[in-house]
Amino acid sequence: MTEATPALQLSGITKRFGALVANDNISLRLDKGEVLALLGENGAGKSTLVSILFGHYAADAGAITAFGKPLPAADPKSALAAGIGMVHQHFALANNLSVLDNVLIGLEPLWRLRSHAAPVRKQLAEAALRFGLAINPDALVGSLSVGEKQRVEILKALVRGAKVLILDEPTAVLTPLESAALFVTLKQMVRQGLSIIFISHKLDEVLQISDRIAVLRAGKLVAECATADATKPQLALWMVGRTLTPSVHPTRQRGAPLLQLDAACTAGHPKLKSVSLTLHAGEIVAIAGVAGNGQAALADLLCGLVPLESGSVRIDTQPLSSSPSACVNTGIGRIPEDRSHIGVVGDMTVWENAVIEDLTDSRFTRAGFVRREPSQQHATALVQQFDVRTQGVNVPIRGLSGGNIQKLILGRVLSRKPKLIVANQPTWGLDVGAVAAIHERLVAACVPVGDGSTAAGVLLISEDLEEIMALADRIAVMSRGQLSEALPKAEWTLASLGLAMTATTDQEITRAA
Amino acid sequence: MLSEALQLLLSDPFWVAVLRIATPLIIGTLGVLMCERAGVLNLGIEGIMVAGAYTGWLAVYLGAPLWVGVLAAMATGGLFGLLHGVLTVPLALSQHVAGLGITLLATSLSYFAYRVTFPKVTTPPTIQPFQAVAPNAMDGIPVLSVFAASTPLTWLAFALVALVAWVLYRTPVGLAIRMVGENPQAAESQGINVTAVRIGTIVAGSALMGLAGSFLTLSAFNAFFFNMINGRGWICVALVVFASWRPGKALLGAILFAVFDAMQLRLQQVPGNVLPYQLWLMAPYLLSIAALILVARKASYPQALMVPYRKGER
Amino acid sequence: MRLEPKSAHAKSQTRAIALASLSAIAFTLVIVSLLVIWAGAPVFAAYVALFKGGFGDVFAWSETLTRATPLILTGLAATVAFKAKLWNIGAEGQLYAGALAAVAVGGLHGGEGFDLATPLLFVLMILAAMAAGAALLMFAAILKTWGRVDEVVVTLLMNFIVLLLVSWMLDGPMKDPTAMGWPQSVALKPELELTKLIGQTRLHTGLLIAVSASAIVWAIFRFTTFGFAARAVGANVNAARFLGLPVARTAMLTALLSGGLAGLAGAIEVAGRTSYVTLDMSPGYGYSGIVIAMLAALNPLAVVPAAIFVAGMLVGADSMSRAVGVPTYIADVIVAVSLVAVLVATMLTRYRLRWK
Repeated sequence: MTEATPALQLSGITKRFGALVANDNISLRLDKGEVLALLGENGAGKSTLVSILFGHYAADAGAITAFGKPLPAADPKSALAAGIGMVHQHFALANNLSVLDNVLIGLEPLWRLRSHAAPVRKQLAEAALRFGLAINPDALVGSLSVGEKQRVEILKALVRGAKVLILDEPTAVLTPLESAALFVTLKQMVRQGLSIIFISHKLDEVLQISDRIAVLRAGKLVAECATADATKPQLALWMVGRTLTPSVHPTRQRGAPLLQLDAACTAGHPKLKSVSLTLHAGEIVAIAGVAGNGQAALADLLCGLVPLESGSVRIDTQPLSSSPSACVNTGIGRIPEDRSHIGVVGDMTVWENAVIEDLTDSRFTRAGFVRREPSQQHATALVQQFDVRTQGVNVPIRGLSGGNIQKLILGRVLSRKPKLIVANQPTWGLDVGAVAAIHERLVAACVPVGDGSTAAGVLLISEDLEEIMALADRIAVMSRGQLSEALPKAEWTLASLGLAMTATTDQEITRAA
Repeated sequence: MLSEALQLLLSDPFWVAVLRIATPLIIGTLGVLMCERAGVLNLGIEGIMVAGAYTGWLAVYLGAPLWVGVLAAMATGGLFGLLHGVLTVPLALSQHVAGLGITLLATSLSYFAYRVTFPKVTTPPTIQPFQAVAPNAMDGIPVLSVFAASTPLTWLAFALVALVAWVLYRTPVGLAIRMVGENPQAAESQGINVTAVRIGTIVAGSALMGLAGSFLTLSAFNAFFFNMINGRGWICVALVVFASWRPGKALLGAILFAVFDAMQLRLQQVPGNVLPYQLWLMAPYLLSIAALILVARKASYPQALMVPYRKGER
Repeated sequence: MRLEPKSAHAKSQTRAIALASLSAIAFTLVIVSLLVIWAGAPVFAAYVALFKGGFGDVFAWSETLTRATPLILTGLAATVAFKAKLWNIGAEGQLYAGALAAVAVGGLHGGEGFDLATPLLFVLMILAAMAAGAALLMFAAILKTWGRVDEVVVTLLMNFIVLLLVSWMLDGPMKDPTAMGWPQSVALKPELELTKLIGQTRLHTGLLIAVSASAIVWAIFRFTTFGFAARAVGANVNAARFLGLPVARTAMLTALLSGGLAGLAGAIEVAGRTSYVTLDMSPGYGYSGIVIAMLAALNPLAVVPAAIFVAGMLVGADSMSRAVGVPTYIADVIVAVSLVAVLVATMLTRYRLRWK
């Protein structure tokens, strides 16, 4: 075997953020013409490593060479010059500008009487031919689909002469069909000598696309192997560091139907297309699916933010109200996806955020006045009960960590004794401790405490299959605005779930289930 | 009545008046448009126009050639633009408040300076302003005759429309301006210095606002008066929305506005007019509001307008 | 160059704010001194004249407080609106609308148009003024809420429209026939005028109304559910909507309160100082209100000292002008420079400027 110069060589990369070691002495090699998958859970250190590679951060220790030459630290420009291109999960595109403009930006010296767009047009046409990345250069980016936008990002990197392409969770926002197209493109690219680092936490696609796999866990490189030698259980074990065991729950009693969606449709994009679901008191129904397939529309519908276009939604046999406050008052507890910007008002204090949904409640207001004493007492009780770490209830909530904000939101929701809890990505990005606390509370809410109290039902919207497997009684899969039947957890396998999440037609969803 | 109106619309003096009213609005609107395309609202325009009117006039009064006066006005505008840029871009102050502060500062400084320079005058000192390019040379030829009877600054205004459009849509720096106004993160990730582009654009746009102000003292009139800007700056802010941030439409909007304004001036003098003159004077402002109401629902603002950019934040 | 949030320790924060205020004052003093030197006046004497004129004796104070009275109210109008992120730049027009409405109720037909006892008529006059100001801003707020029309431009343009309306009224329906062609409205019925606080001065009980208004606005924001909602809407309208706060209703109430306060300023000016409407009764009180609100960092209680500062500068500049010949426009310059200085200084107490 010839010892060719690798495209990238990382040696002993270490990066600390305070006490946290995000990357611990990581050495990696990327050969020319290969796809290296960087596998790991959220927070394993993948993004930090890539940010160092791309020059967004400086490593505390270690060195990088690109094509045999050392790469200066913390300099995105030299990373670009060395042929490293990056496609972020969040696109850096301007919707109101054309594809050509978005590719052209930053390519030329600023002071020029005229943009030389023609060569770039030609390059775009060539790339379309070579890699199957066809796109109309004059289309407005805002009019493109997500997959097409990603294509623009890849084109941006290619036009800049990228020889190494780093893709951060590229399929997270794609439909299955788009993912498949992306994979075809990537295969074509490596065939033509490009190298690709493919970051993901999805085992199937890693096995499908990569040549080699590197697994990160808690900042350390725990394993590296050729994809041909890898098996899914082994990878999963490396990734999570333990085998998945279904958690044990108190037995739940399924009660009366609580939430009934019947052929519910909404407008907008992405929209719900004739979604039907019945959720009973005392059960957790999880909505699985790839982000952007209509989960947000479902959550917005149940939170009173978007109106129903057709079909029906009933809560306890009553039709769903169409305003946020009415939804709260009919007993829907809402945990929004964006906890810091939608779930709370950051500039207001902890106690104000604790009662913000209760401004018509006579416990906290009287004749148009806020009753501070009871409100603050209520907030203090929530803070204690839900273990919210804060310097007090009288400080702005923006100073709290995401986990503590989420615990307060949960406390706010549960203190109203809701009939139905709509939890949208409740543990996304939280640390292990907060995740466990929130899971425990959600499960507990489904069990009646003492006499006379009723159990709530939980609609859990999550992209985290582990979370879904741990919590849900029944699982339904959302894909392209449509929802599969909600089947008991035992009737799903990882394979059938994955298939349903990537299904493109109704028949496929049904078949997968 | 109808034939009178028609006759009015066909007469040269009417259109010369239209262009005279439109010129500062065209240039001022271009200035606002540039700033907003880069993502920054500049409510300093009203004061910057005052300062431009004053400094342009002062330079000429002190003996400088007219075009040097124009440059002085642009430099003054640019200077206030620089201040607005520093306040709103790196310091990320509220663009509303900073802009109003600039208006107050520029206006009061101009008035103060005028009073310091001319403590005791009762009638405003005058200068020899710009003259028509070639009066009567093109008589009888439609359109051209109107332009011939207008001053060079009006010609400049039309040239600036083309220039701003060219810069915005055909040059790399124009792309950078549009990009920082739409998605500064995307611009930064491609090596564009968002702070520099935004401040530079505000300076350039404010220089245009200064120029717009100087038209009033160097071309439309021949002296500096207090309150001579009289809300023209605010009308430019409205016109930009009406023009959906496009230079060509800004020209159109300014001229349309000027047509109505010139008509109300004429109609006031029509014998038999029973309406009080104040109602006629209100018409342009009412018109601006009506135009805003018409376009607002489908207006597509630059997406980063009024969103301060902080490096590393999403 | 970029900003980084500073870690907030209460103690260092207090020191930072003190330092910021001092540097803002110092900066303003330096700039203004340069202008005074340019105007050819002795700096020290000019400052002495300025401060003596504004705050030197009882008469100076009475003049300053008289000026501060409408400024407190327009400052509150801006504070209320800005707290809820309703950009009301139209307090000037709302003030004139209020003044006009006040005279319409209490001045037309000799103030006998409504057959009411004086106290009732006074209340009606105040309410009419507030309603007029509120209606103007409501128009802009409705356009903003349901028509997505930018309220900044609308309220700005409304100022010009209202001024022309006033001019029309002073020429026609509300013209004072005894004013010998001078454009001024009929006078208020004398019984409706506010009593003087100090004899031989112009200071009137309107000041007490204005100061109480500041306390009331403070209490509204601190204690009421509307104040709660308005702060939430102002801080993050998307969260407020999600959390079920009445966003549209809050915007309307904010407009009512803000416009009402500006309208009240007009009525108080008429009832306390001029007794009739003229076209120059407000030298930009509405615009100054915005400056005052920002100087007060949108704190309703701090609006009072901020308004007194601005009023003191305006009054003091008059005496300075008489004493050392510096143009009175220096007052607006002082106010503008101090606004910019204070804004920058407060920003730097919360953020640190990094040069990379």
